Amino acid sequence: MRSFFVLLDRELKSYFYSPLAYIILTFFLILTGYLLGTTVEFFQGQPRQYLPFEFFFNNLLFWIAFLLTIPIITMRLYSEEFKLGTIEPLMTAPVRDWQVVAAKFFGALLFFLILWAPTATYFGIFQSITGQAATGSAGAFAGSYLILLLMGMFYISIGCLASVLTQNQIIAAIVSLVTILLFFFIGIVATVKPNVSQNLRDLMAYTTSVLHMQDYSRGVLDTRPMVFYTSMTLLLQFITYQVFQYRKWQF
Amino acid sequence: MIKVEHLTKRYASHTAVNDLSFEVERGEIVGFLGPNGAGKSTTMRILSCFLPATTGRATVAGFDVFSQSLDVRRHLGYMPENVPLYTDMRVTEYLNYRAALKGLSGSKLKTRVGAVKELTDLRDVENKLIGKLSKGYRQRVGLAEAMVHEPDLLILDEPTIGLDPNQIRQVRDLIKDLGQRHTILLSTHILPEVEMTCSRVLIINKGRVVASDTPANLPGTLRSAGNIHVEADAGAEDAAAELRKVRGVKDVAPVVAAASAESPAVPAPSGRGHGFQEFELRVEAGADPRLDIYELARARNWKLRELSLRRATLEDVFVEITHTDAH
Repeated sequence: MRSFFVLLDRELKSYFYSPLAYIILTFFLILTGYLLGTTVEFFQGQPRQYLPFEFFFNNLLFWIAFLLTIPIITMRLYSEEFKLGTIEPLMTAPVRDWQVVAAKFFGALLFFLILWAPTATYFGIFQSITGQAATGSAGAFAGSYLILLLMGMFYISIGCLASVLTQNQIIAAIVSLVTILLFFFIGIVATVKPNVSQNLRDLMAYTTSVLHMQDYSRGVLDTRPMVFYTSMTLLLQFITYQVFQYRKWQF
Repeated sequence: MIKVEHLTKRYASHTAVNDLSFEVERGEIVGFLGPNGAGKSTTMRILSCFLPATTGRATVAGFDVFSQSLDVRRHLGYMPENVPLYTDMRVTEYLNYRAALKGLSGSKLKTRVGAVKELTDLRDVENKLIGKLSKGYRQRVGLAEAMVHEPDLLILDEPTIGLDPNQIRQVRDLIKDLGQRHTILLSTHILPEVEMTCSRVLIINKGRVVASDTPANLPGTLRSAGNIHVEADAGAEDAAAELRKVRGVKDVAPVVAAASAESPAVPAPSGRGHGFQEFELRVEAGADPRLDIYELARARNWKLRELSLRRATLEDVFVEITHTDAH
C-alpha cells in the first residue's frame, strides 16, 4: 500500500513538474470565471426560475470546460511512460501492476478535483456580495459536486484507456476526446430528436450526463447514475489494467 | 545469486533466448557479451521481472523471477539500456521518488540518496532537470537509482554506451568499486572494459551461452592462442618453410608490405628491400616457440630484427566464437 501512495504522489506532482498543469489551470479559471460572469449577468434585472448555481452547472460553457480538460489531463498518463521507456524502470521496481493503474487513475482524479475546487468558492463569493442565495439547498450543492466527481471518474477512465493504447500523447488526446464527445452527444441527440422510440429514450436517460446534472444540481440524488458511473469506471479501469499488462510484455 | 535454467523466450517471429542456462555466484562481476540481437537485453529483462520467459526458470537471490517477482525486484537494481528517466523531474526529486518506491523512508532514505549522489558525483547537478543533463550525467543518475536501495544484485544493460572515454573510465572505476559490495551482471560491447572490470565473461550468441570463463583464460580456449611476428633476413633460404617446422607453430604467413605498395610516395622503411622479410606465425594454444625461433635463426645465421608475441585478446575470442562463418 505504501508503494501506491509513493506512486500517487508522483502522478499528482508530475502535472506540476511540467507547465501543463499551470496552462490548464489558467485557461480553466478564465473559462469558469467568464461562466460566473455570464451567470451573474443573467440574473441581473429580472427574476428567473433557476438558481444561479443551477445555471452555472447546466451551462454550455460548463460542459466545454468539463469535457475539454479531461483528455488533456489523461493523455500523457501511460503514453509518456511507453514513449520515454520509463515503463521499464517503473515496472522493475517492487510495485504491483494494479498499484500503477490505480495510482494513475487517482492521480488524474485528484488533479481534476484540484481543478474544480476553486469553483466551489464562487457561490460563497456570490452570496456574500449580493446577499442572494446562490445554491438553494445544501443537497443541490453536494449533489452537483458528487455528480461532477462521478462523471469525472468515468470520463477520466475513458482517457486512461485511450492513453494506454498508444505511445503518442496526441493520438491519446484525440481518441479520448472523440470518444467522450460521442458518448456525450449520443444521449442528447436521442432525447432531442422527435421520432425516437420511448424505450431508447429511457435507455439514453441512464447514460446522458446532461440529464444527470440537471437532476443532481436540483438536489435530486438519483442512485442510477451513481451505479452507472461507478460500474463503468471499474470496467474501464479493468480493461486498462489488462491492456497495460499486455502492452508491458510487448514493450 | 542468479540461476538460469533452460530459459527460452519466443516472440511471434523469432526466438530471442534459446534454452539458456548459466549461474552467477555472489560477489562476481560478470560481463555479458554477445553480438547485437544475441538475447542479452531480453535475458536481463527477464531477470529483472520486466518480461516473462516462455519456458524455463530463473531465480535471483533464491526467488523465482515469475512467481516471487516482488521479492526479486526488492533485491535487484536494474539499469535499462539507454537509461529511460522522467525528463521533467530534478535529479534529487527523482532519486527520492525511486528510493521511496523501493521501500526506503525517513532518515534511511536521506542518507542513501546522499550516499549514491556522492558516489556517482551528482552533487553538482542535483537540482537540475534530468532533461537538461548530458548523456554522461543521465547515465550516472540511472546508476545511482539502480543502487539506491543497496540491492544484492545490479543488472546493468550497456552502462557505458554513448559515453566519452573519460566518462567510460569513471563509470568503469565506479563499477569496479561497486563490485566489492554487490554482485554485478553487465552487458557491453566494449571488450577492453570487460577485461578490466569483470571477473568472469559470459558470451552468448543466438540465445545460447557459447563461452564462460575469466577474461584471462578465455583466449586460451581459442583455436590459435596468439600470433608471433618475425622479421628476419634469411638470405637465400626459404624462411617460411623452416619456420613452419618449429614446434608449436601452426602456420606461417609472409607479410606483404601493403602500406608501401598502396602509397608509393611514402618511402619504404629503411632495411626493407635489403633481404628482410616479415612473417606472421599462428601458434598453438599454450605454446611459446619464440626461443626455438631464435635458436633456429642463430643456427642458420639469419639476421633477426623482430620477434614478438601478440597474445590473443578477448576481441579475438569474441569474433571467433560469435562469427558464424568461423564455425
